[in-house]
Amino acid sequence: MTLALIVKRSLRQHAFSTTITALSIALAGGLLMSVWVVKEQSQKTFTQVNTGFDAVLGARGSKLQLVLNAIFHLEASPGNLPASDYEYVKRHPAVKLAIPIAVGDNLRGYRIVGTIPELFTDVEYTPGKHFQLAEGRMFNPDAKEAILGSFAAHKLGLGVGDAFHPFHGLIYDERNQHAETYHVTGVLAPSNTPVDKVVWIPLHGLQTMSGHDPRAATDVSAVLVQLRSPSAGFMLDIMYNKQGNRLTFAYPIGAIMAELFQKIGWFDKVLALVAYLVALVSAAGVLVAIYNSMASRRRDIAILRALGAGRLFLSGAIVLEATVIGTIGMAVAFAAYAAIVSTVAVVIRAQTGVLIETFAYSPVMLWGPLGMIALCALSGLLPALKAYRTDVAGNLAPIS
Amino acid sequence: MIIDVAEFSLDEGENVALLGESGSGKTTFLNLISGILAPDGGSIRIAGGDMAALSEHGRDRLRATSIGYIFQTFNLLQGYTCLENVMLGMTFGARADKAQALALLDRVGLSHRLDHYPRQLSTGQQQRVAVARALAKHPKLVLADEPTGNLDRRNAREALGLIRETCKETGAALLLVSHDPEVLGTFQKVRDFSEMNRALKETAP
Repeated sequence: MTLALIVKRSLRQHAFSTTITALSIALAGGLLMSVWVVKEQSQKTFTQVNTGFDAVLGARGSKLQLVLNAIFHLEASPGNLPASDYEYVKRHPAVKLAIPIAVGDNLRGYRIVGTIPELFTDVEYTPGKHFQLAEGRMFNPDAKEAILGSFAAHKLGLGVGDAFHPFHGLIYDERNQHAETYHVTGVLAPSNTPVDKVVWIPLHGLQTMSGHDPRAATDVSAVLVQLRSPSAGFMLDIMYNKQGNRLTFAYPIGAIMAELFQKIGWFDKVLALVAYLVALVSAAGVLVAIYNSMASRRRDIAILRALGAGRLFLSGAIVLEATVIGTIGMAVAFAAYAAIVSTVAVVIRAQTGVLIETFAYSPVMLWGPLGMIALCALSGLLPALKAYRTDVAGNLAPIS
Repeated sequence: MIIDVAEFSLDEGENVALLGESGSGKTTFLNLISGILAPDGGSIRIAGGDMAALSEHGRDRLRATSIGYIFQTFNLLQGYTCLENVMLGMTFGARADKAQALALLDRVGLSHRLDHYPRQLSTGQQQRVAVARALAKHPKLVLADEPTGNLDRRNAREALGLIRETCKETGAALLLVSHDPEVLGTFQKVRDFSEMNRALKETAP
């Protein structure tokens, strides 16, 4: 009780520095947990997101580029492949389902992708879940109609019945407007997949858009493939990638995305290092705050010693105070974490359509706060040593 | 400050006043008796135990249980209320007894100021809190270093009366340092510390 009272009063007497120090701990702890969780969750999510497909078939090039372009709707297309390749893979006995996509246009920065209605009717983007229309109906494959991903619809401010002109290219340039007018017939319900940020139109519509090369009017940009079995994937991998030299078969999608994270692993390490350094600096802040206040504490320490308080007891009070500052800081850190991760999740969603799980449990939520609090307790040791060595008689002046 | 006292004793319940010039070492003497300072040699026996033989922790314990110290400048903890100051006076030696702290503050006429902080009290009231704090643990020995030095005549008389009365009730010995002839006049036994401290005499011209 006495220890708690002494710590409580000391925190109150140094309320300003306590608050500032606790806030710096909160920011550091929040940053540390955020870096960790964003890293973990984005790796987990991006290696699991495949929107229901096992592989992607595309023009010869990088598998990663193919996956980023066809699944995540990022990056440029590595090139087109003739319709015959689509027809071949569609009929291959190892293939359960093949969905062609064509890219090359945008609507104010949001990609317009041409595809067939089966993408929305036959594919489970995650086990047991099909893409659903939140409103309206599916586009007619032979009409100039579109359905919008939920995120794209929200950002573009378009709904059922609205009309738009596509723009040529993947990057928005208002001078490159196509003449065609498309009408929105439906808006998809959120799926938290890259599908949400796309404007979907019939495959034929994108292939024959005015200004596109008429010679490529039947080409597709990629084919999204569902396999009958995992072994079929390896078989097609050998067929397209080893024996063939014209196309690329990107399989399995998760492993290709994992390679991406391995490639940018150094960036994770730099971020983690920065977070550790910030944590260390904040803990040092606790040391500095308490150490600097030792001059004003000396008299109180001397009085308490005169009342019979032991040196170890008072040193312990200093360490406990540092620990409490760390604990308060880390409690607030969860709010900082929530704010940082939510913001990052919004940015990731805007860029990729993927919603990372911001509040999923991660071990860092346990070891992060515990480590930070332990660091704060350690930083209390030096001021505690100073308290231990306080000259009692000298600080109980005046002397007669 | 060098202190060399041949012998000084104080019986249980006895009241002794010390007078002496400023800088003669009276406070240092009290600090040695209370165990705040450790002597380089000799022996200081309190309640049968040799203070010099005790470790710093042992001296802390003895001070916490058996010695009440009243300071000229009161040395109240500014961040703590009156009640907390008094309770801290007993908490390091035994279980803090809130009822006893309340009774003592009532006794010194501060029952209406329990939650006030020292800065909210008059000088006389602060000294009364300091007295209550020193006596709260029922010490065997009360050391009072110029306890009335900062008080006006009326408050000084009241504070002194309170200290002596409480010491009498609890059977505590009282060693009080003062310059004030009026205060010293109320003690039957007054010792001149300038005479007691042989180190002072040796260095005198």
